[in-house]
Amino acid sequence: MTSRHTLSVLVENKPGVLTRVAGLFARRSFNIHSLAVGPTEHDEFSRITVVVDVEDLPLEQVTKQLNKLINVIKIVELEDASSVQRELLLVKVRAEAAQRTHVLEVVDLFRAHVVDVVPDTVTVEATGSPGKLNALLAALEPYGIREIVQSGTVAIARGPRSITDRAVERVTRTA
Amino acid sequence: MVQGPHPAPPRSATTAAASTRPSGEPTRLVPLDGVVEPVQVTGAQSIVRSLEEAGVEVVFGIPGGAILPTYDPLMDSTRLRHILVRHEQGGGHAASGYAHATGRVGVCMATSGPGATNLVTPLADANMDSIPMVAITGQVAASMIGTDAFQEADTLGITLPVTKHNYLVTNADDIPRVIAEAFHIAASGRPGPVLVDIAKSAMQATTTFSWPQVLDLPGYHPVTKPHAKQIREAARLLATARRPVLYVGGGIIRAGASAELRRLVDESGAPVVTTLMARGALPDSHPQHLGMPGMHGTVPAVAALQKADLIVALGARFDDRVTGKLSSFAPNATVVHADIDPAEIGKNRVVDVPIVGDLREVIADLLPELAREHAQHGKPDVEAWWRQINEWRETFPLGFDEPEDGHLAPQHVISRISELTGPEAIYVAGVGQHQMWASQFIQFERPNSWLNSGGLGTMGFSVPAAMGAKVGAPDRTVWSIDGDGCFQMTNQELATCAINDIPIKVAIINNSSLGMVRQWQTLFYESRYSHTDLNTGHGTVRIPDFVKMADAYGCVGLRCETKADVDATIKRALEIDDQPVVVDFTVSRDAMVWPMVAAGVSNDDIQYARGISPAWDREE
Repeated sequence: MTSRHTLSVLVENKPGVLTRVAGLFARRSFNIHSLAVGPTEHDEFSRITVVVDVEDLPLEQVTKQLNKLINVIKIVELEDASSVQRELLLVKVRAEAAQRTHVLEVVDLFRAHVVDVVPDTVTVEATGSPGKLNALLAALEPYGIREIVQSGTVAIARGPRSITDRAVERVTRTA
Repeated sequence: MVQGPHPAPPRSATTAAASTRPSGEPTRLVPLDGVVEPVQVTGAQSIVRSLEEAGVEVVFGIPGGAILPTYDPLMDSTRLRHILVRHEQGGGHAASGYAHATGRVGVCMATSGPGATNLVTPLADANMDSIPMVAITGQVAASMIGTDAFQEADTLGITLPVTKHNYLVTNADDIPRVIAEAFHIAASGRPGPVLVDIAKSAMQATTTFSWPQVLDLPGYHPVTKPHAKQIREAARLLATARRPVLYVGGGIIRAGASAELRRLVDESGAPVVTTLMARGALPDSHPQHLGMPGMHGTVPAVAALQKADLIVALGARFDDRVTGKLSSFAPNATVVHADIDPAEIGKNRVVDVPIVGDLREVIADLLPELAREHAQHGKPDVEAWWRQINEWRETFPLGFDEPEDGHLAPQHVISRISELTGPEAIYVAGVGQHQMWASQFIQFERPNSWLNSGGLGTMGFSVPAAMGAKVGAPDRTVWSIDGDGCFQMTNQELATCAINDIPIKVAIINNSSLGMVRQWQTLFYESRYSHTDLNTGHGTVRIPDFVKMADAYGCVGLRCETKADVDATIKRALEIDDQPVVVDFTVSRDAMVWPMVAAGVSNDDIQYARGISPAWDREE
């Protein structure tokens, strides 16, 4: 049985690092469900959030193999309960005059926003956990969904600590 | 290694050394203390200076357009010996052979595009066998990258999965730091190949060179010190096991831990198996040594692992060629696994006691713990275990039959080479039957005397690797034990050997075919010999004629076809020390490698010879 795991991977902010990480997943035949990359509070680091479908034992292999990449600083698995996980969704929904009110109700219900309106379509922006976004999509589905674009999951651990805390100390020490 | 404070102020020694250089070369500082003050150089000079300061003595390479700027200052270097190879693959394997034989980082150099792609095989080979190696490749000018320029290839992308790490340098200022990092990464932790791809424009730019460099590797911290609790647990298990086996892999050789291993073997009293990569880690003459495990391992080595109650794996990786069908491998064994690479632990076999660390430190820590256990509880009773093992040893010794066709037995040739040359020589095999026979029938008594392509199984490894080994260890006899198939893949390096005074000896175990494939065709494809005939042996057209070929390459060519001539031919080859020698031993093509565990089956089904398997139940 495979299950879904969210890994936060702190990497050096250098060209080609994403290729190394993505290539490793392909090479070791690990399946990536979603991937998000962005800057951190330190210029020298980027953070990759990767969601994988994998069994427990291979997950340990993924982590160990990732750790072997020279540009990878640190890997943390973020559990659902102890972390905040969000995705961004933009969706174009058919909304002719007759249906628009219904569509807008759904948008309000999910605390989403309309970011673009034309006579027969609205574009909705929503942020949330994958579960919430799926529910939103299910609610909008009857009206006719024209286009979806969705980001990979970004995730952060709850509580006061930062993933970069010890990494930065270590870098300062070795430099 | 090269991490350290910023360079100290200039010393008079440095200046004095510099002033002895011919005028007109103001950039060619030769400091006596390894500290080089910032000095203006070209990127190309910076590459050469960095290699010099990294302690490199030999570079195997071929110039070409994109690396050309670097070859100019290379010509003037008095500290680097560049050996012009005939093919980049030869250069790569030569760097491997050099590293294998010396334990130092091997260095090769090539140009962009095809030069770099020709290095892919030796890089992948070194990556699988954990060989410390640095490859420097030229890349097209930075402004041309991505335009499909002449001789452009995405070297970084192509070599990414087959290197420990790789770099693309487009800024000349980065050259010394990147090269320093490359050497540090290649040699530390689990060793491996590192490629540095440098744009031609960076070689031509003006930059500053200084040494030592501050490394910038925030994510690279190999663990060398083992965890004390795991060591204690391993010692407790080893002190109480009734059927222990020490499963020794190539990591022992890479860690230089043979002496420590010997003490552990003696203290524990446990039987030892050495994998293909570890041959020589423990002398074959040691009474507790059962030989090689795996697909063509000895029956005692395979059986001991299968029946063990404790396996202590030291720098081994539970490769499929050792375990056979993984689910039935050593079903009753508790596993202690020590390795410097955490990702190896638990990768194939579930591990009970994981130990991450440098094997020298692991064994050094384990020894006193084990002695303490023995002092407290006495040594374990392994007498019954040894009785069983000795039965296997008596019933199933390594051996071979004389071929029915009356031709030479390849095993006899290899045994005699070993006996007449002795254990101080370096033996370098390619891949296939001759490799297995060499690992079985050469008597190994010391580490770094056996080189072969274990993980990747690269045909053509032997001749260039032997060349590199001979360069690294010029005082040792170096035998390339090669097959007629392998030899034809890389023998162009004989020219390099002849011209550069690298007198290797090549024994071609010529069975006129791709022998190992032919063996599988005999066993598993109803003797349908699809495309395995090479026409180089008895009663064939002999294309090519290896003796004439040796002659054409400026080597001594000898041929041996009968058992009566074997000793005299080997002795003749051993007498020649000023030229490479190639001996064409034309042997029986029907000789097969035994014992054998067929691919994908359980090690319990090992065949001692065709159709003969040990009857385990009766013995137990």
